[in-house]
Amino acid sequence: MRLTGSRYLRLAALAACLGAAPEAAWAQDAELSAGDTAWMLTSSVLVLFMTIPGLALFYAGLVRSKNVLSVMMQCFAIACLVTILWTVYAYGLAFGDGGAFHAFVGGGRLLLSGLTVDSLSGTIPETVFQMFQLTFAIITPALIVGAFAERMKFSAMLWFMGIWLTLVYAPVAHWVWGGGWLGDLGVLDFAGGTVVHVNAGIAALVLCIVLGTREGYPATPMPPNSLVLTVIGASMLWVGWFGFNAGSQLAADGVAGMAMAVTHIATATAAFTWMLVEWAGHGKPSVLGIVTGAVAGLVAITPASGTVGPIGAIGIGIASGVCCYFAVSRLKARFGYDDSLDVFGVHGVGGLVGALLTGVFTDAAFGGAGLDNGIGAQLGLQILGVAATLVYSGIVTLVILKVLDAVIGIRVTPEEEARGLDLALHDERGFNIDTLA
Amino acid sequence: MKLVTAIIQPSRLDEVRDTLARIGITGLTVTDVRGFGRQKGHTEVYRGAEFEVEFVAKLRLDMVIPDDRVKPVVDAIADSARTGEIGDGKVFLSDIEEALRIRTKETGDDAL
Repeated sequence: MRLTGSRYLRLAALAACLGAAPEAAWAQDAELSAGDTAWMLTSSVLVLFMTIPGLALFYAGLVRSKNVLSVMMQCFAIACLVTILWTVYAYGLAFGDGGAFHAFVGGGRLLLSGLTVDSLSGTIPETVFQMFQLTFAIITPALIVGAFAERMKFSAMLWFMGIWLTLVYAPVAHWVWGGGWLGDLGVLDFAGGTVVHVNAGIAALVLCIVLGTREGYPATPMPPNSLVLTVIGASMLWVGWFGFNAGSQLAADGVAGMAMAVTHIATATAAFTWMLVEWAGHGKPSVLGIVTGAVAGLVAITPASGTVGPIGAIGIGIASGVCCYFAVSRLKARFGYDDSLDVFGVHGVGGLVGALLTGVFTDAAFGGAGLDNGIGAQLGLQILGVAATLVYSGIVTLVILKVLDAVIGIRVTPEEEARGLDLALHDERGFNIDTLA
Repeated sequence: MKLVTAIIQPSRLDEVRDTLARIGITGLTVTDVRGFGRQKGHTEVYRGAEFEVEFVAKLRLDMVIPDDRVKPVVDAIADSARTGEIGDGKVFLSDIEEALRIRTKETGDDAL
């Protein structure tokens, strides 16, 4: 968000000062901007749309038809659960004042206390700011759904997501955007390459390894039941992502405009690159390939979207198209883990590539916003941000899963898995097209 | 009466139906089926994972025919369903003990 956490702190402090000294000369800094507010209201809508139904459709089309509803149920339920927890305490945990622990976690704002119609966060109402952030808090756990598709217990999933939001997402968001240590050090993560994608990616990898492979994987064919749904979902992700990236400027201005432009350029470049690589490697271009390439580009440009220019966008697009192509088609087979819908391959690897390249392409030499300390130093910070996230998220995710597995068990029974989660866990069928009468 | 069961290429359905209509056969049942014989399946690829899909889509035609009309029906089906390629399908005959028209309760050849 808005370049660095320390800048956010300054704005928050300004807003706080306003209450005490209404005649201060800085008053105009914290005035409500109708343009900014209108755009941020819209951005929030776009990002929520990315989860429901964008991600829900994207994933639904990729699983087998007996599980098509289960992934949609998971996305929808996560949206609801995260909203409740966010409202009760998680917003404060991510963006509140952590007092002595502020470098690592926020606090306060229980039940959004202190939030009124007139509360401001910079030039937009704080209600809108927290809503926007909420949509990020929703989609990050929803991404992980892809790793445990077709075999996780619904109740265990709900517990996992609630605890993960609290112990992993909120702190990491705080580190980068809420005034915590990574943002303060100068790690660049404009819209969540680390907070969202690397975070969800490593959690997904850990989860799918702990959960184990699906029955019959990898010998049994498990083709997507409807790539039509997947393409529709991927397209919604592309469109919604403009809210995700351009909205992260928290204003309707030139930076937001550039963020939209580079987001679009990187995505198209990554999709086309993936298509060409697959065409050369396999002999035919595929629909699943081109849309996956697009998502990889969207992921990779995310941390860079506020600070790179068109040249950087093209570079990030090509790099993510190539790297994620090989991550998805080789890594899983090589190591034998069942990351069913390639969350780590696309979001983990894509986020990593994007986070690192942000340190390179932000340099003014590439048309970026410019680096204070040079590429080398910035790269070091980017690596730190990625490493801290990988280690923290990976370890805490593992602990949460081990405890949950011991207490309630996280995997469905083999019978439930064979029958399909839609019927076994929800007593429903996704499609009743060919049933009798 | 005989049950004539034909497994044919889906693309030949219209031709077979028209030919049967021309020789006076106006009732039959069609089902979507999958299977394989000498025709091999195909390969599908999803994000680098290759799958051999063994079963090929076919259509199954079922019709019950009076004994004296069986040979022209079988010939008609075979001639109109043939493309000359492996995968054209097969025709099977089995005996039917009895048939009944539900609306009128007619039996025997009158039910066909």
